[in-house]
Amino acid sequence: MSSIKIELRQEDVAKIKEICTSFGNDEQELINVLHKCQEHFGYLPAEVQEVVSDELSVPVAKIYGVVTFYSFFTMTPKGKHPISICMGTACYVRGAEKVLEEFKKELRLQVGQTTSDGKFSLSSLRCVGACGLAPVVMVGDKTYGRVAPDDVRNIIKEYEK
Amino acid sequence: METIKLTIDNKKAEVPKGTTIHKAARQMGIEIPTLCYMELHDLNIENKPAGCRICMVEVEGRRNLAPSCATRCEEGMVIKTHTTRVLNARRTVMEFILSDHPKDCLICPKSGNCELQAMANKLGIREIPGQEIAAMSTYRKDTSPSIIRDLDKCILCRRCEMMCNDVQTVGALSAVNRGFMATVAPAFEQNLEYSSCTYCGQCVAVCPTGALTEVDHTPEVLRALADPSKTVIVQTAPAVRAALGEEFGMAPGTLVTGKMVSALRALGFDYVFDTDFAADLTIMEEGTELLGRLNRHLKGDTTAKLPILTSCCPGWVNFFEYYYPDLKDIPSTAKSPQQMFGAIAKTYFAGKIKINRKDLVVVSIMPCLAKKYECQRDEFSTENNRDVDFSISTRELAAFIKQANIDLNNLEEGEFDAPLGESTGAGVIFGTTGGVIEAAVRTAYELQTGKKLERLDFTELRGLEGVREATIDFDGLPVRIGIAHGLGNARKLLDDVRSGKSQFHAIEVMACPGGCIGGGGQPLHHGNSEIIKARAAAIYTEDRKKPLRKSHENPFIIKLYEEFLEKPNSEKAHHLLHTHYFERKKKILVKP
Repeated sequence: MSSIKIELRQEDVAKIKEICTSFGNDEQELINVLHKCQEHFGYLPAEVQEVVSDELSVPVAKIYGVVTFYSFFTMTPKGKHPISICMGTACYVRGAEKVLEEFKKELRLQVGQTTSDGKFSLSSLRCVGACGLAPVVMVGDKTYGRVAPDDVRNIIKEYEK
Repeated sequence: METIKLTIDNKKAEVPKGTTIHKAARQMGIEIPTLCYMELHDLNIENKPAGCRICMVEVEGRRNLAPSCATRCEEGMVIKTHTTRVLNARRTVMEFILSDHPKDCLICPKSGNCELQAMANKLGIREIPGQEIAAMSTYRKDTSPSIIRDLDKCILCRRCEMMCNDVQTVGALSAVNRGFMATVAPAFEQNLEYSSCTYCGQCVAVCPTGALTEVDHTPEVLRALADPSKTVIVQTAPAVRAALGEEFGMAPGTLVTGKMVSALRALGFDYVFDTDFAADLTIMEEGTELLGRLNRHLKGDTTAKLPILTSCCPGWVNFFEYYYPDLKDIPSTAKSPQQMFGAIAKTYFAGKIKINRKDLVVVSIMPCLAKKYECQRDEFSTENNRDVDFSISTRELAAFIKQANIDLNNLEEGEFDAPLGESTGAGVIFGTTGGVIEAAVRTAYELQTGKKLERLDFTELRGLEGVREATIDFDGLPVRIGIAHGLGNARKLLDDVRSGKSQFHAIEVMACPGGCIGGGGQPLHHGNSEIIKARAAAIYTEDRKKPLRKSHENPFIIKLYEEFLEKPNSEKAHHLLHTHYFERKKKILVKP
């Protein structure tokens, strides 16, 4: 669960309402609305879900249920440099888990968390379609191939400046 | 109607198209076990998430077993419900469910009444393989004023979610998270107190396990009874007498009024009184308020707000305070009978027996869990002393009586004590949907017209239809009445009021389906509406047996006004017997 308490600005509320209206305030469109909201805010804090709840007349508990069910949705903001470790079959058998462990240790983060300075966030995903380079790590849009646990320190360093 | 022929356990059957295997089997007298499926006939609502997988059956020609609750019958199907394969699968599924379920049956409040426990017994589970490697779920426990959520015991049947969303439209509970973290919770996994929960308790009433239970106040009551410095009095709600017997093996609809009184006396209560007395008092206050508003309206006073909404049901009050705060000046300001009783007991009665209100403990026996919350509301206390100190449910009372080694079946019929134990038939029918408004009509008619009411049974106001309406002729003046039970039905009437479409003069709402007889604190009825109907019939029988059936004829009510309250809606009555409402929707707290 998110521990972040935010104050929505008036234009934020207006934006959420605009998104809801663009889907006809139809509760059937909840997932699409949440997609758009996450696209705009980068994540789905409780306050955003409350406004969506009012606009679509869907209980906020239901919305929270959807947000926590689909791994795509997140209630924590992504870091400036989002790190994703591929845990697809090819990467996994070539040691992605050890790479992930190293990132967790170096950044003192769990999967799904963001560093307190907002710089890095850690996530795992399934197959980026570069199995020949396994194990694969992505930082933002940049792809790193054949990553070994020993490389992790240097990858992080690139972004620490 | 198109029908389908099929065979279940070598028996041939013909069922309407669209019937599920589970229902077809039930019609043939074959009860396929399940932990999640629940059918609420009269509400036309079914819970069939096919989640528990206990109801799996073998369908000839199919590779996989089929969940019978969610599989429709097809022409020529041959179904077996208890082959070795089915029984093994059922047992394996059960073992999985139990692998991460706490094993504290001995001290679980649901023990003996738990569907999971009964199922484990039925399936002959004698060991639970894999529990040493299973990741035990560890949710925190959430204790609200009325309901305890202990989600380690949740088996994700989602019945509570169905009640909360589909029946009550309260929307407090939803399935959240996935995998091992999946559970049913309010938004952001906050405590119920920070949700839209009305404490109606319908989730507790359908929970198959100990995941949802009521807050038990019997230990506090026991302590008060043991304290020689306290005078402990008890009030019993009308619906309790029509259901308590079920907990002692009696048929649904058995009235146990006299035995219940004897049991309470044997438990040590100093005075056994009746909430029905306060129900009569409620009619005096609410009925007078109704006539006041109606007559002002008829004279063209546009400030007279109509319809007037009944306010006896605390679940309903919580609902409109959360969802319809803009309409909060429309309900009657009359307190509920429970709170009227408390207010009179701690003033008038305490004065009569010459004790300080702090030495008088008022206990209520209610079919309801919201009453626990209601008696804790700030506005119902004076100098930190509650008008009603503790509220316990019908189920808790049954357990209390059993603990005291009292066999309800073998008790003599007792009589309520005077003066707060005397009631009319009008007070009794408060326990069922339509009853409050019928009681109000009996009194309001005579007060308005000055004529004697010839017909006392207003059958047009009775029944189990979710939303009902009737027009009652007040000697030439048509009074239009709406009735809803179940908060989802109430919402329909409320939306009409909000949009100005409502044509009613008065609306009665009870939060629970069936009214208080189907309350969240009653013996569990497992969705069987026949039980509700039997309880309603019992209530109307009690009403018919009463020598007096109109609230304003209750001699002790008349005396109470003469000695103490002056007249209905007097300043003193307003001070003691009326309340006001609040906007309850607060911003959800996001705690770390």
